[in-house]
Amino acid sequence: MAVIDAKPTTTLAPRSGGGVMQSVRDSLVIAKRNLIRMTRIPEMIIFGLIQPIMFVVLFTYVFGGSMKVGGSTDPNTYKEFLMAGIFAQTVTFATAGAGAGIADDMNKGLIDRFRSLPMSRGAVLTGRTLADLVQTMLTVVVLAVVALIVGWRVHEGIPKMLGAFGLLLLLGYAFSWIGALIGLSVRTPEAATSGGLIWLFPVTFISNAFADTTNMTPWLRHIAEWNPFSATVQACRQLFGNPGVSQSSAWPMQHAVWASLLWSVLILVVFRTLAVRKYRSATA
Amino acid sequence: MPGAIYAEGLVKTFGDVRALDGVDFDVPEGTVLGLLGPNGAGKTTAVRVLTTLLQPDSGNAVVAGIDVLKHPNEVRRHIGLSGQFAAVDEYLTGRENLQMVGQLYQMKSRDAKLRAAELLDRFNLADAADRPTKTYSGGMRRRLDLAAALVVKPPVMFMDEPTTGLDPRNRQVMWEVIQDLVAGGTTLLLTTQYLEEADQLAHDICVIDHGKVIARGTSDQLKAQTGGERVEVVVHERERLAEAEGVLRGFGKGDTKTEDHTRRITVPVDGGAKLLAEVIRDLDARGIEIDDIGLRRPTLDDVFLSLTGHEAEVAAPEEEAK
Repeated sequence: MAVIDAKPTTTLAPRSGGGVMQSVRDSLVIAKRNLIRMTRIPEMIIFGLIQPIMFVVLFTYVFGGSMKVGGSTDPNTYKEFLMAGIFAQTVTFATAGAGAGIADDMNKGLIDRFRSLPMSRGAVLTGRTLADLVQTMLTVVVLAVVALIVGWRVHEGIPKMLGAFGLLLLLGYAFSWIGALIGLSVRTPEAATSGGLIWLFPVTFISNAFADTTNMTPWLRHIAEWNPFSATVQACRQLFGNPGVSQSSAWPMQHAVWASLLWSVLILVVFRTLAVRKYRSATA
Repeated sequence: MPGAIYAEGLVKTFGDVRALDGVDFDVPEGTVLGLLGPNGAGKTTAVRVLTTLLQPDSGNAVVAGIDVLKHPNEVRRHIGLSGQFAAVDEYLTGRENLQMVGQLYQMKSRDAKLRAAELLDRFNLADAADRPTKTYSGGMRRRLDLAAALVVKPPVMFMDEPTTGLDPRNRQVMWEVIQDLVAGGTTLLLTTQYLEEADQLAHDICVIDHGKVIARGTSDQLKAQTGGERVEVVVHERERLAEAEGVLRGFGKGDTKTEDHTRRITVPVDGGAKLLAEVIRDLDARGIEIDDIGLRRPTLDDVFLSLTGHEAEVAAPEEEAK
């Protein structure tokens, strides 16, 4: 087996330009890698779809009859109220996937390989989170179709609906960086999966997603109203024209679209910075 | 002028553990240095520092003429790293893995594609090139991992325990691949727990323990220090143990060592297989029955025993500080 090539005093690796172009290219190479992986593990995509669909069905039929939204006990009102919450919860639950994937790469020594290559430092994480974003988009589309089937409708036109989906995807993308940081900080993919999920329960339940915040005790209500997650849910309800828009005087509830954008960008910047810093010194 | 891999006074501590405690070495271009030591000796830490994965607390390192601490990204263009965990993506095919690595070395997509095909051919992986690596055997995965390290024909290579966990046949294949590589002029730093492996592949050997270089030299020099080969005999009847020891003393060139409970006698010898045959004939002529007899080459334990007076300790995994 002859492996001898050219003069080994030369490297085939071109001198890289560095900078933004290299970051973008490297990130796309990694995103492609993760997308190929997804197509080879279709059960991951399928499970990712089943969960939110199950939530829609369970919540609408189990809670639908007994939940009051804005004084109305009509099950259809709760159905429309619920969907913004389910959408938001779905995009944030995708976070755990990013964490588990990165922890798995660490364990298998892939992160070491990437870190020894002359590639952009943020690209491994950016590529992973971009691939997750693609998967989230797919999930959101399927979920919207299921929601339409069970009776959810939008009342403010397509552009606003697309705006709402934009906010949802931005929230999901921002949260996936929290997942990335968790993935880099734990020792096993299993820990990343459970560690990536548990904090999401309080974040998504202490909110306006599934219940009207006006019925909560005051201190809980304040948390719920300032929860970044609630801002996106509120913004989606407004943009979808769905019932249950909070009349609270809290700033994020009054300016939900802005609050949602600001929160998501803030989370994105903070956790991207922390995660990339962690990656630079990552040790398996 | 320093060699292709140069390290001076490398220190790295993890909490109380001094993983590297002032390590120096200098590997001339086109040669192979074997870092020999037990688990937790600091071998992997040394490789991680030299491949830019870890910042040392103090010391200097120069690889391919480039300062590792000052210009890590420039160093990365000139090195290939192949680790003990066969770091390939198991859901990607062999071809996809190599293309990805090429692109991340900043090669053009087309060049990366051509190079991947070339390497798959040379490593006998062409038939499996388009299967996910999950379906590969351990040996195939190691070869792919090594191929990934060679994508840019790097002048300097680092291999961390390249054959740990491989069966003897695959180990042999790996050794041939590495020998070819070195014949092509690549400078290689290789870590291993096996004296035999360092013996086969390395021009120079550094024995390290607890983060320090405790001996260096060629494999012959180290073996001379260790006492070379020995004959080991397990006697069937305990009553004949003393008599057998007397026989072996006659053949040996050093003190015999007798373990009463296992009825095992060991003696350093000089003379290999021919001598072994004489020992057997002599014991047979005296009617001393034996359960087992063999010629044993010095192991890492023997090297350690003679260098440090203690056996190679297997440290807790976290001390290896990967």
